[in-house]
Amino acid sequence: MTAPRKLTIGVLAIQGGFIEHSHALRQCDAVERVVEFTNAKEMAAQPLDGIVLPGGESSAMAVLLESFDLLEPLRAYVRAGKAVWGTCAGMILLSDSIKHAKLGGQSLVGGLHATTVRNAFGRQKESFIATLDVPDVVLADREKPFRAVFIRAPIIESVGDDVRVLARVVRPSAPPDAEPDIVAVRQDRILATSFHPELTRDIRFHEYFCRMVAGEV
Amino acid sequence: MASADKSSPTWTVNDSHSDAFRLKTGLAQNLKGGVIMDVVTPEQARIAEDAGAIAVMALERVPADIRRDGGVARMTDPELIRKIQEAVSVPVMAKVRIGHFVEAQVLEHLNVDYIDESEVLTPADPTYHIAKHGFKTPFVCGCRDLGEALRRIAEGAAMIRTKGEAGTGDVVNAVTHARRLMGDIRSLQAMREDERFHFAKSIAAPISLVAETAALGHLPVTTFAAGGIATPADAALMMHLGMDGVFVGSGIFKSGNPAKRAQAIVQATTGWRDPGAIAKASAGLGEAMVGINCDESNASYTRFAARGD
Repeated sequence: MTAPRKLTIGVLAIQGGFIEHSHALRQCDAVERVVEFTNAKEMAAQPLDGIVLPGGESSAMAVLLESFDLLEPLRAYVRAGKAVWGTCAGMILLSDSIKHAKLGGQSLVGGLHATTVRNAFGRQKESFIATLDVPDVVLADREKPFRAVFIRAPIIESVGDDVRVLARVVRPSAPPDAEPDIVAVRQDRILATSFHPELTRDIRFHEYFCRMVAGEV
Repeated sequence: MASADKSSPTWTVNDSHSDAFRLKTGLAQNLKGGVIMDVVTPEQARIAEDAGAIAVMALERVPADIRRDGGVARMTDPELIRKIQEAVSVPVMAKVRIGHFVEAQVLEHLNVDYIDESEVLTPADPTYHIAKHGFKTPFVCGCRDLGEALRRIAEGAAMIRTKGEAGTGDVVNAVTHARRLMGDIRSLQAMREDERFHFAKSIAAPISLVAETAALGHLPVTTFAAGGIATPADAALMMHLGMDGVFVGSGIFKSGNPAKRAQAIVQATTGWRDPGAIAKASAGLGEAMVGINCDESNASYTRFAARGD
């Protein structure tokens, strides 16, 4: 087995749960450096092996991406086939199309061939924690289920042919015959989750992202 | 560039907290680095959202008008809250009077995303705050120091803000409260374990939360600045003092150009380390709110921060 590649991971730090992501990434063996960036200059200051777009408010983040000249650099990064992972608002930003956008629309980074529905479960009172069944490729240790935190979370309504569904969830309040909703997907080097692995102690999704960045999965 | 210092404060979830509490604190964690704006109409809510507000606070009157009008300030009309909820996609918060748990039940029924048990409204109870753990809707509460913050968290608050003096446009009290809070935490971190028990007693706070705060190096919940923030530089100042984000009340819609000022404060709250970015955001904003000087010698205004303890 080859020694793990030492990765430099960028975390978009304009708003939201970026500290939590940085903390989780630093616990991953493959990560040498975590770089929090708030503008285009900081993003370009060193090569980034992968980028995490954290949770937050996607409409606010869209305004800030424009203010800090980050929209085009991030689009170029995704277009170049570099590794990105969006959680919650980050997943919305990566989607090619969204529903329940801010009136008047909001900018997206795009790249993920999916239609994502903002606040799909409702308001904060409908936030929940659920145990997810995620295939072996994501979680080496299947004995230990993944506890996923959904906060005013989006879901993916439809995906393109090149998008693989990694996880689905049935909301706690759903009727018994309800179809599970798509909450985690992978499209080549794009990972998107509607929940928040960074709000738990479980770093298996962060480790999976690192393996994806390193080209191991 | 932000450092990737391994010793920087962490936000590791404390497993001793219930799932219900973690969902409440989790939403506040997502709000970090953002600006929450007071609005009194759906139109103002749209302006706030377009400017990049992470949430709006639905009010009938901004604090500056509550000061001007006097009288009893109460929970916002549910019809106005509904209209604001329909107008925007970001979280909608609303205020209840200190201790008024029925107003809180009403806001929970209305599906408000966060409840502010606020000294800006006229207190309903001179002694008791609301027992907040029993609600599914999270609460934010004000504090002037660490003891007050931890008492509110013990009652169930999932987010803390400084009290400041809302509606004055004078940031001095928010600065005082933030410095006292963060100074208390730094003192606590320097203490031996045996000294922490006495410290917990002296600030009238539960030892479990005192110990958790010492381990984290910050409050166990997201901490915003509030009260008197009126300019982009005010917002950046509060971020430098260790706050996770800012509430802006009267400062935006009592100013000459609300849309522009709102966006400038949003930019400064993200780009707080960069004086150049703050200078750019501050240029040509038009008139700031006139404000009330909070100097001790000015006896002509009501001190909101003294309400509740």
